[in-house]
Amino acid sequence: MAEKNSGDRIEVRKTYKQYVGGQFVRSESGRAYRPDGLVNVPRGSRKDLRDAVRAARTAFGGWSARTAMNRGQILYRAAEMLDARRAEFEALLGSGMKARAEVDETVEVLVWYAGWTDKLAQVTGTVNPVSGPYFNFTIPEPAGVVGIVATGEPALAGLVRRLAPALCGGNAVVALAPEERPLPALTLAEVLATSDFPSGVVNVLSGQHRELLPWLASHMDVNAIDVSGCSPEEVALVEAAAADNVKRVVKLPAGERSPHLITAFMEMKTIWHPIGV
Amino acid sequence: MAITKRQAAELAKQTFDYAPAPEAIDHVRIQPRYGLFIGGKMVEPHSKERFSTINPATEQKLAEVAEADAVDVGRAVSSAGTAFTSWSRMAPSRRAGYLFRISRLIQERARELAVVETMDGGKPIKESRDVDVPLSAAHFFYYAGWADKLEWAFPNRRPRPLGVAGQVIPWNFPLLMLAWKIAPALAAGNTVVLKPAETTPLSALLFAEICQQAELPAGVVNIITGAGKTGSALVSHPGVKKVAFTGSTEVGKLIQRSLAGSGKRLSLELGGKAANIVFEDAPLDQAVEGIVNGIYFNQGHVCCAGSRLLVQESIAKPLLEKLKQRVSTLRLGDPLDKNTDIGAINSKVQLEKIQGLVESGIEEGAEIYQPDCKLPERGFWFPPTIFTNVSQSHRIAREEIFGPVLSVLTFRTPAEAVEKANNTPYGLSAGVWTDKGSRILWMAERMRAGVVWANTFNRFDPTSPFGGYKESGYGREGGVHGLLPYLELV
Repeated sequence: MAEKNSGDRIEVRKTYKQYVGGQFVRSESGRAYRPDGLVNVPRGSRKDLRDAVRAARTAFGGWSARTAMNRGQILYRAAEMLDARRAEFEALLGSGMKARAEVDETVEVLVWYAGWTDKLAQVTGTVNPVSGPYFNFTIPEPAGVVGIVATGEPALAGLVRRLAPALCGGNAVVALAPEERPLPALTLAEVLATSDFPSGVVNVLSGQHRELLPWLASHMDVNAIDVSGCSPEEVALVEAAAADNVKRVVKLPAGERSPHLITAFMEMKTIWHPIGV
Repeated sequence: MAITKRQAAELAKQTFDYAPAPEAIDHVRIQPRYGLFIGGKMVEPHSKERFSTINPATEQKLAEVAEADAVDVGRAVSSAGTAFTSWSRMAPSRRAGYLFRISRLIQERARELAVVETMDGGKPIKESRDVDVPLSAAHFFYYAGWADKLEWAFPNRRPRPLGVAGQVIPWNFPLLMLAWKIAPALAAGNTVVLKPAETTPLSALLFAEICQQAELPAGVVNIITGAGKTGSALVSHPGVKKVAFTGSTEVGKLIQRSLAGSGKRLSLELGGKAANIVFEDAPLDQAVEGIVNGIYFNQGHVCCAGSRLLVQESIAKPLLEKLKQRVSTLRLGDPLDKNTDIGAINSKVQLEKIQGLVESGIEEGAEIYQPDCKLPERGFWFPPTIFTNVSQSHRIAREEIFGPVLSVLTFRTPAEAVEKANNTPYGLSAGVWTDKGSRILWMAERMRAGVVWANTFNRFDPTSPFGGYKESGYGREGGVHGLLPYLELV
């Protein structure tokens, strides 16, 4: 950020940090990089990634067991927190009409998915009329730990378009901030930290995709990975590494907003029980 | 009326053996040689290569089938590609019409299909007759009805077919897996090239005849036979837009890796190591039947088999006694006999795999139980087997055996049962037996598996989505969810 001293006051600058397990942390590696040439941003490492996945796995059980309504309330709270800090985000996104429109969209996306949490099972679940004396139904369940590689364009909405549906379904997330434009993602973590998400439900790492992506893609405890921010070469790399544990690779169009994007991060569970006296 | 000592002695000598009840096979015509079904016709393979398919119960050769090479695969894909143009644009109700016809033809030729399935694969005739074939017909009937109703399934989206689907299926349920693959693909407007497993190609080749009888437009369904190399050529062919595979997790991973960056859509239905959990309040006799059905159905050649029995410690002893008693009454032998419970192991390779894992179980210290069970001299057989004293680290508790081998573990609390059930990279199915409704739902919620059978096991239906969590694959087959892998939602 540019120097903005008014009078004698020396501006208190923000140290940008990663968000792991509910804590704001520097990289364990001690490294930083300056994507815009000015601000130091943590250059996350393989070990940061490991810590983030572990935090996400730990948080997953509790988060997925929350009621759908509770998850909706928390996503809506995130929309409120984001809206309240729109000035900061607009500044990060370059100010002007375009920046404002992006923040508007981001808030809207959070509200939209907040309203889906308790409708999803009704729209995508089924009761199945099997040929026999059985009660049989199918419900969506979260896949588990989801990796999100967000696009840098747009830098805020691009991440939230993926994060919101993944969280809506009850997953825990490890997101890689866009390498060139990480500040909106890292600031979003501050919004999420004040939205009542349990610690570890969302983790945001920054750094070089070259260093982080192979480990996220091949991690045996990550169940699905969204590649909306990956180049075609990176998609190929992710897809090959994802085979190690049969990871789901989500490749829906970047602007997608639909319940099918939520279920892309979910499994369908079918339960049978006999009917009898 | 009291019986005399002599009468009692006579009675004790009597056995309750069943008289042989062989299924008639004279109505079945297996040709000595088969070609490939490409463009609506049986054609000679470019490869000129053929291999034999045998009856695993007798080791007798049934027929010679073609081994498709890359050129054959190319021809099949190109035929499917040509057919896609008209099939995908055809009035959906006409597509439905063909699928309904196929379903009816399967019903009409049901017994013939069942006999061929049993001869080629070794499964008991009562299973192919009562499960495989009727479910296959039902699957086509179910998806036939979807063909002209897709817009109702996906509101606010326009469902579009993907193109040519390359489908590779396993040997455990050859016709049923064919139905699971072809029915939704065609209903959605795709065309297919399907490769049956090399040990069980015959029912798929009979199905090719059914396509001809149904006057299905040429090229909409193509059937090519061969082994792994043929399958690999099929899934990697650039004309294939969608790959669907059912088989081992090992091969599924290879396919997922090989398709990286190709832009092809993929669905996988892979292995499993299902926990079948019995609580102390379960109705034990029903549970025993469920355990037996869970692991010995189709000789345990079932990806969703209940191969890990988790018994609550308090009832482990009585349950195992009942289970062993029940297993000792299972009839193993001629798969064509209507009373046979356990048929032949599908192949020599599979038999050796089962034997290897069973040996590892003994070596690692588990206790083996096999009933006194006479195995036929020819063919591939393995007796129903129960391992007790199994620990979670044993190979027989971790690896998919795909045979009639049950590993028994115990637990004390519901939380421990969940922990053990989920302690596997697989997540295809699970079973739970208890009289307490709230516990069923509590358990069902926590088990990371795509299908949960409560107080039942191994039930299938075309309306019921099937597929796994984690390393058991992704995508669902059956139900409205089973359409999704074959559609793009624009």
